[in-house]
Amino acid sequence: MRRLSWDRIISILLILPSILAIAIFVYGFIAWSGWVSLSNWDGLRPDLSWAGFVNYAKLFATPRFQIDIRNTVVFTTFFLGACIFLGLGIAILLDQGIRGENFFRSLFLFPMAISFIVTGVTWRWLLAPGDPATGRLTGINVLLGNLGLPLSRWYTDPTVVYIQPTSAVGQFLQQVGLGFLTTPNFGIPLAMFSIVIAATWQMSGYVMAMYLAGLRGIPEELREAARVDGASEWQVYRHIVFPLLRPVTLSVVIVLGHISLKIFDLVAAMSKKGPGFATDVPAYFMFETTFQGDHYSQGASIAIFLLVTVSLLVVPYLIYSTRREAEV
Amino acid sequence: MKAAQRHWWLRHSSRLGIYLALLAASAFYLLPVYVLVVTSLKSYAEANLAGMWHLPSAPSLESFLRAFEQLRPHFRNSFYLTIPATLLSSLLGSVNGYVLSKWRFRGSEVLFPIMLFGMFIPYQSILIPLVQVLQRVNEMAEALWVPAALRGLVPGYGSIAGLAFVHIVYGIPITTLIFRNYYATVPNELVEAAKIDGANIFKVYRWVLFPLSMPAFAVVMIWQFTSIWNEFLFALVLTQNPAIRPVTVALYNLAGSYIVEWNVQMAGALLAAMPTLLVYIFLGRFFMRGLLAGALKG
Repeated sequence: MRRLSWDRIISILLILPSILAIAIFVYGFIAWSGWVSLSNWDGLRPDLSWAGFVNYAKLFATPRFQIDIRNTVVFTTFFLGACIFLGLGIAILLDQGIRGENFFRSLFLFPMAISFIVTGVTWRWLLAPGDPATGRLTGINVLLGNLGLPLSRWYTDPTVVYIQPTSAVGQFLQQVGLGFLTTPNFGIPLAMFSIVIAATWQMSGYVMAMYLAGLRGIPEELREAARVDGASEWQVYRHIVFPLLRPVTLSVVIVLGHISLKIFDLVAAMSKKGPGFATDVPAYFMFETTFQGDHYSQGASIAIFLLVTVSLLVVPYLIYSTRREAEV
Repeated sequence: MKAAQRHWWLRHSSRLGIYLALLAASAFYLLPVYVLVVTSLKSYAEANLAGMWHLPSAPSLESFLRAFEQLRPHFRNSFYLTIPATLLSSLLGSVNGYVLSKWRFRGSEVLFPIMLFGMFIPYQSILIPLVQVLQRVNEMAEALWVPAALRGLVPGYGSIAGLAFVHIVYGIPITTLIFRNYYATVPNELVEAAKIDGANIFKVYRWVLFPLSMPAFAVVMIWQFTSIWNEFLFALVLTQNPAIRPVTVALYNLAGSYIVEWNVQMAGALLAAMPTLLVYIFLGRFFMRGLLAGALKG
């Protein structure tokens, strides 16, 4: 009996360093950053005197930050959409009992083993637009030009597509009091698609692997039963397979979503803030503000904003999966 | 007969469609690889402008040599960083996973998700205090007269040891998760039987759990090796001194300078990707499992 309690004490001692490390380096540091974001620290010398929420007020009034939020929304939407479309599509194709499945699966997944920096450097070269005006093209544009397809300026394109206030839709929106939607802040920066392409190249294989694992978990009898009942192949997917894949989609959205919200490496390696902040994201803005501009309290406020957005996505999921595990 | 023929054609044309779609997808994934390889085999004059899709007229390894010359010290840094950090964080994760699965205590079920949260946070939100604390560590080492020979082991700001320490700390959630879920599949009866035979907590680990742990170690070590090798933000912010920068930061700087030619950049990118790619090619099975564990399925 005494031995058992001795083991109990040792077990706590074994895990204590990790608990302390997480308590300090995660939660303590987050609190510390939160404090910095409420302070007057601007410049190299730490100054933790109380400033209140000034930094947050300033942040949300900063045009660059407003653009960053728009960019994050656009990037997350298209990145998740492309990854789910491609990942699910390929997983379904691979699930048809084809030859060379292992080969294809490894091929689609290998970008996951590579650093975002390598991906960024490579795609920056691939999508370097050259000069469409003089016809001196580079990268993908050479291929597009040879095929007679329209060229793009990729990540160098400052264009933001938004609802023009003078258009019919724009005029209607203004009449019903939604005129703010007809500004570039609610538009789509074309340069962001370059980042979406590179990020999709890197991450879609992962989505494929998750969906494939999900598909393999669906008993063949279920599908067979539906076929016997006269369901077409499409109906089998529509009514049996897709509903059963919903938990996988939830995981995909959480994992890719939180990566997308905090994306930094790829943007830094590919285009940085881009023309007119067209590819700027909060994580990059935070880095520049803090470690190049030395505006520490302002940088901390961006960091806390990032943390809050990621937490809104991740915390409910963590609680949900813990509860589900407790039930099992 | 006719119906059978039509059926045959339908079946085979849809098969053909599947393979064509998969080949088209393969082209998308291989496109950057083609350009990387082809460009890095070219000379500067050839690597430019419109000819980037052409095969090199006179393939040479010169770009690789020049890229390697510039990246060599950083490769060494990356190995010095990645190998100890991988080993230590795997051991730590194994011990944590052991306690959280076989020595549960009151509150350990609540503690676990609280630990896991640490692997999702944007590291920007802890970076400012982290830099300050690591700088303080350096000051302390100075005040404590740590001999110069041992300075390299002080986990402070601007040192490989400091960077490794950071990776070990922020690796705790994922390594603990994988080991805990793995040990949960080991029957408790084995542990109980060993205890009845008089084994203490260390002996149970050493003789029951550890010998069964090799697959989990493989998954965790490959995962940590890949993520630490590829990591960028910590490496960028915590290494002001160019001499200790890991290869990701060196490649970033190489690609950021406009003087460096594309062929050298591409060769550098290929070299920087090589260690993790080799791990993936030879140990892909374990890599996959790590990936799926990262998705946190309870």
